[in-house]
Amino acid sequence: MRRYSAFAIAREAFRHHLGWERAWKSPTPKASYDAVIVGAGGHGLATAYYLGKNHGITNVAVIEKGWLGGGNTGRNTTIIRSNYLQDASAAIYEKARSLYETMSQDLNYNVMFSPRGVMMLAQTEHEVRGYKRTAHANSLQGVETSFISPARVKELCPIISLEGPRYPVLGALWQARGGTARHDAVAWGYARACSDMGMDIIQQCEVTGIRSEAGQVTGVETTKGAISCKRLGIVVAGHSGVLTEMAGFRLPIESVALQALVSEPIKPCMDVVVMANTVHGYMSQSDKGEMVIGGGADGYNNYTQRGSFHHIEETVRALIETFPMLSRLKMLRQWGGIVDMTGDRSPILSKTPLEGCFINCGWGTGGFKAIPGSGWGFAELMAKDESPLTAEFGLNRFREGRFIDESVAAGVAH
Amino acid sequence: MLTLRCPYCGFDADETELTPGGEAHLKRYGPGSDDAEFEAYLFHRANPKGVHLERWRHAYGCGKWFLAARDTATLEVFGTYSAQTLEPPAEIVAAIKAKRPDWSAP
Repeated sequence: MRRYSAFAIAREAFRHHLGWERAWKSPTPKASYDAVIVGAGGHGLATAYYLGKNHGITNVAVIEKGWLGGGNTGRNTTIIRSNYLQDASAAIYEKARSLYETMSQDLNYNVMFSPRGVMMLAQTEHEVRGYKRTAHANSLQGVETSFISPARVKELCPIISLEGPRYPVLGALWQARGGTARHDAVAWGYARACSDMGMDIIQQCEVTGIRSEAGQVTGVETTKGAISCKRLGIVVAGHSGVLTEMAGFRLPIESVALQALVSEPIKPCMDVVVMANTVHGYMSQSDKGEMVIGGGADGYNNYTQRGSFHHIEETVRALIETFPMLSRLKMLRQWGGIVDMTGDRSPILSKTPLEGCFINCGWGTGGFKAIPGSGWGFAELMAKDESPLTAEFGLNRFREGRFIDESVAAGVAH
Repeated sequence: MLTLRCPYCGFDADETELTPGGEAHLKRYGPGSDDAEFEAYLFHRANPKGVHLERWRHAYGCGKWFLAARDTATLEVFGTYSAQTLEPPAEIVAAIKAKRPDWSAP
């Protein structure tokens, strides 16, 4: 792999940019691998990357039904934060956030991580109490957050209206080291690094069956032929249920649509990420100037990557109250992704009833921010059968009633 | 917008009038059942990409729970029926089979 650098740009400028290599190879699948990852989204590619980098397992294939990063990795609102209430969540999300800080250097790929700060508005007395509690919990967990006053909110985000008729801004939970990153670049950067380690990234290859013998996984059947493997990682977000149906077990997961939208590009007006969980909307401004807006998920099972229009209306209506200037903006594009929701709104990184088969799913509405931490922990789980980062996120927690209840702690918006 | 006919009041309700209630026909396991059955009842869901039998409540109408057969991959609705039944009625099964011959009731 030729490294990207200022020197490389200068070198290519002298030869009409003809010397750039393909970022990753597109090989035909081999008959057998040490490990197969299903799903070349951020989490799947990060898992493959850390399998190679941290555990020396490079005979790995990453299989993707569509194109690389074309699922939820390319459909989210790119927010990165780790201000969670529960210890297990704070640990894995903070690991992810800290890995994002050095990701561009580690991968030699500019992921445009922008630690611009994330604020979660407290708009009811209950939220004020909840976020103060989270700030205290975070200081014990080593996550740097603070509860800030309305005056400080206005200072950080001048376009906000503090005296909303229904929900005035009473303060905010502020994480200065949170921010955003270029979501596609995260997938591309990991793919390039994986390909460089000799891993095979196989796109447009759908898994049609999972092979097993005596309760032990032996491989997968795909549209490009059968591939055998010793270890199988299923990292397919909304389609997790479809894959585990093939593997012969059920998950505590339902797949629903979550939507986002962007406005026309405007001049820079907001250099932080703002989340308003009571009214259910969150927003940041992209480097292109578009206001990137996310809202609530639909309530019913859906695989179509299209959501209900009334949710967009509700989200925008709510945000206009807090950001009156939005009322003059045209919205350019809207899209949906299929998110995998668990009962406690926390992810599952776990062994499964099928030996050698591991599952990483249930990130629901908030997976992007966790990509490097999830890959780090899941790779360790796949390589060593246990990981301190994923220990609490096992499938068995549902049977044992040991929930990591973030649906209350984090609000619903992620 | 998703529109479902409430089988009780006969009204074609938009989804803004309805509250989704997840998978239908779950068998309830209570005290005395083993952990695996109770876990499956509480948490495990079929979550199919295809025909889904599911609960809805006509929240801003008659307020009653009813059941619907809908395809989660196409958003096609095959019909709605009373919640006072343990399995989909024959006409719903026929409506599904007409479009999805391979489908069998879960």
